[in-house]
Formats: sequence, C-alpha cells, structure tokens
Amino acid sequence: MNGKDIKTLARALAAGETTSVALTEAALAAVESCNKELNAFITVDAEGALAAAKSADERIARGEAGPLTGIPMAHKDLFCTNGVKTTAASRMLDNFVPPYDATVVERLAAAGAVSIGKTNLDEFAMGSSNETSYYGPVKNPWDKTTVPGGSSGGSAAAVAARLVPYATGTDTGGSIRQPAALSGITGLKPTYGRVSRYGIVAFASSLDQAGMLCASAEDAAYVLQAMAGFDERDSTSVNDPVPDYAAEITREIRGKRVGIPREFLSEGVETSVRNAFSAAADELSALGCVVEETSLPSLSLSVPTYYVVAPAEASSNLARYDGVRFGHRAENPKDLTDLYERSRGEGFGAEVKRRILIGTFVLSHGYYDAYYLRAQQVRQLIADDFNQAFEKYDFLIGPTTPTAAFALGEKTADPVQMYLNDIFTIGVNMAGLPACSVPMGFDGKLPVGLQIIGRAFDESGILGLAHHYQQATDWHKNVPEGYGNE
Amino acid sequence: MALDSAAVRRLAHLARIAVDDETARSLGTDLEHILAMVDQLREVDAGGVEPMAHPLALNQRLRDDAVTESPDPGLYQQNAPDTTEGVYLVPKVIDNS
Repeated sequence: MNGKDIKTLARALAAGETTSVALTEAALAAVESCNKELNAFITVDAEGALAAAKSADERIARGEAGPLTGIPMAHKDLFCTNGVKTTAASRMLDNFVPPYDATVVERLAAAGAVSIGKTNLDEFAMGSSNETSYYGPVKNPWDKTTVPGGSSGGSAAAVAARLVPYATGTDTGGSIRQPAALSGITGLKPTYGRVSRYGIVAFASSLDQAGMLCASAEDAAYVLQAMAGFDERDSTSVNDPVPDYAAEITREIRGKRVGIPREFLSEGVETSVRNAFSAAADELSALGCVVEETSLPSLSLSVPTYYVVAPAEASSNLARYDGVRFGHRAENPKDLTDLYERSRGEGFGAEVKRRILIGTFVLSHGYYDAYYLRAQQVRQLIADDFNQAFEKYDFLIGPTTPTAAFALGEKTADPVQMYLNDIFTIGVNMAGLPACSVPMGFDGKLPVGLQIIGRAFDESGILGLAHHYQQATDWHKNVPEGYGNE
Repeated sequence: MALDSAAVRRLAHLARIAVDDETARSLGTDLEHILAMVDQLREVDAGGVEPMAHPLALNQRLRDDAVTESPDPGLYQQNAPDTTEGVYLVPKVIDNS
C-alpha cells in the first residue's frame, strides 16, 4: 500500500483490507532500507509508531476513524514531540527531549495519525538545501547528487520517495514550497495564523507557519483539516472557522481570475522551467480560468527585506539557547559569559551564526533605522503589491523556483547565491499569505513546481485550483525510479 | 559595509557567540556579502510608509489573568545540564575576592 493516497489508504483501512500496524511496519521497513542513502530521518520512533498504530486499529474497529486514522506520517524535527528527541537539526538540541507536544503534533495524533519519526532539515530551518543540518545533508530521491531543497528537505525526500504519504513542514521563506518543487511533490504553506505555532522551535516569529508536504492537493486538504484552527496557546493564532477543505476543493474553478506577475518570469528562470510553467498556465486557461499577466513591482526587494527581518527575529528567538536551561553546554566554563559564548559557539553551525550576527547587526544602535526599520517599510510595500493584485485576481501563479534541484555543494560557498534561490517564495511570507507548490513538469529528470498564491485564509481556493489542475494532469503521480513500489 | 575581524568579534560578543580568528574572518566575508545584498533597501523610496512588523493587523489577544497551568519543574529540568533542588546551576557570578 506504500505510495497510495490518503483516501485510498483510509478506504482500505475501513474495509479491513489492511491494518494500521501493517502500513506502519511497511513504512518503517521502507525507511530502514532507504534512510542510509537519503538521510531523510534524524529519529525513527518504531516503538511509538507501532503503539499508535495498534490503538488506531482499535479505533478503526470501533468505527471511530477519521480520514487520517491509522495512516503513517512523519514530523519535521522542528515540532516538539513529547518524549521523542527534537533537535531542529542542531548540535545545540542534540540532547533535547521535549516534555510536551506541539499543537500540530497533538492535533494530528488526536486525528489518529501515526508518526513514525522526525525528519531532517536545515539547522533551525535556516537554509534552502538541507545542507546546514548537523546530521548531514538529505539527498533528493530523483537524483542523489542533488539537494531536495530546504529547509523541510527530509520531509520532502520522505514523501517524494513514498516512505510516508505526508509529512509536516514549516515555511518561513519557502521552506515547504521550495523543497516540494525540487522534490516533485505538493506542499502547502497556510496563511499566517491558520495553524498554531505552539511547540514549533521558533525561527522568525512573524513569518513562521506550519504546513505539510504530500502527494496531492486533495491529501493536503485532509491534513490541513486536522492541523488548522484556533489555539489558545499561540497568541497569533486566528479564531476563524475552519472550512471543510476536502469538500471545498471540488468547487468549480471556471471563471476564476489568475494573474501571472511578470517578476516571476524574470531573468534567471531556466528555459525548461519557463516552458513547463507556460504549459501549466495554458492548462489553467483550458480549465476555464481567465489567465492574465500582472505585476508585483516590489517583489525583487523581498530577498533583501527577508535577510533583515528574519535574522533580526532569529537573533532574538535564539537568545534562549544559553547552555543553562536546556540544550548544549560547553565543558568547564570559567565564568557565566564564557559558558554562554562557548555553549553557543559550539552548539550553532555556520549558517545559524551568520544569521544571528546579521540580526544582531541590523538591530544594533546606529543601524536600526537604516536596516530594520527600512526593511519593515519595504515589507509593507511588498504586502501592498499583493493586496492590490488580489483586488483584481483570485490567484497569482508562477514557477516556485527559478531552477530545478541544484547539485549538493553547488551553492554552499556563497550564502547570497543560496538565498536567491527563494526569490519567488519569500514575498508570500512577508505578506502572510497562503501558497502551495504542485509538480508541473520536469527539467531533464528533475521535477519543477508551480506556485499558486491566494488571498489570506483562502486555502480552499488555492488547493481547489491545484486539485483541478491535478485532475487534468499527471505530473504529481510521478515517483522517482526505485521508490514507491510494494 | 566593511566588517573587519574586530567588528565581527564585537558583534559576536553582543550575541554571546565565541568565535576564533578563522571563524571571525570567514564570518566577516560572508556578512559583508549579505549586507551588500541588503543595501539595495537603502535606495528604496519608502518615505512615509508605515513599518510592517507583522502580517496580522490585529491587536495582541490577551488571555484572562488567571492561573491556567502549574508546570512541573522536575519535568522541565530533565533537559537542564546542571540543577540542584529545583534550581539551575551556573558558574559563580559574584566575586568575593
């Protein structure tokens, strides 16, 4: 049953054709045989998974199952899991075992989801290739000499290789959509405030949002249903009703207005990506959408804006790692300052240090107005561009990334080159909007993604457009060679 | 923006991160590149634009001022490197000499 979609798995479970224990054992076996080459998992929790599967089977037998009950999945190792090590892929948290669950973890468990373990990521979710992980890079199942994208690279590779049907992710500047695109799967970043951030290791609190990586827009609808909703414990959680996503995505899309911001087709977009995108836009026209060119004039400023705002928030959030209450502690400190400085110097990797120092710099006396305040003003300009575009259009589309997956090591020497890879995804986080990436074709043997951006809280709309596109095309059904078969 | 090793060390000390000479040099180069990219922002005409701190233009939601949970210190201190009788231990901070 590995490689089947959520609806098929749920039906098979309900019909007694398989059991959660059988699905879970198969997923654990698949991880066991693939993880050495992919490095997608940091921790595998076989014992916890089998116990959850057993109770899911009992729940199914009682006729109390929901669509996710008994189906194996995995959590990005940025979500706190009670009693299961949560590292954020950092040496700093290599020994951290949370005494509580993140709200997302709690809600999925309540829906009967069976977590088989914790997936690899860029350290503290800071990266676009999964190469900053303390536990080593993740390999892209489509070509193991390339990156799966990041920061949710382990979740992306695990789903692309069909080890699990879905996995959670977080997206601060593209960390769900970019790996979804590079790994040939579907990924959704919900609206800021739609999914609780409680219990997620914080990176940049005004940008972070949890979502999922999965095989189709329909699967994303089922998973979002369980994740979304108000949470008292997250002060930025929004108390709006959660629609029935699986029903909403089947709504008619004829007549919907779709804008293509010309900035998404700027120089630097590979010809193969451009061609795949043009075919995808034609497909949406054929489905009855009105597709037109438009513009987001400030979009090119989103990368520089992000690299002020996100590091500023990170430098503040990561101040909590002090070697005192939890996390790595340096040996034999000579005084308290030495304890702080060496614990942090040893515990954080190079990219995390870069971002903390950039954040410290832009917030420091004499630079605050020129950098931080200016970045917040430009952030408003970027958000205004989106607001204006959404007065006229229901959706904005473009390629998720300018190129397909790049080679391992190709961009590690130059941080700015790495940052520019997120040029099309970052603006969405600035404005707090929902967006997804769905497979739209190939560059050679590597998949490329279509990004669909919607109005705030219109996850139903963007997943609906993606769902209709996936009903009309087969790109999302492609699985890398050697994976996904029983 | 030029950042020599001394400037990087000052920043690193503000952020409480120990850096050796080699790290200070390579961080300095990286930070200069990043700040050069970020410097585009200084050329933008953003005069009069209200700074945006957050995507939700809402007031901070406040909860009732009431006790909602009583955390178990023992549970939370399981992750602490050094504790005794419910308190966290750090190197001596008061110099008696």
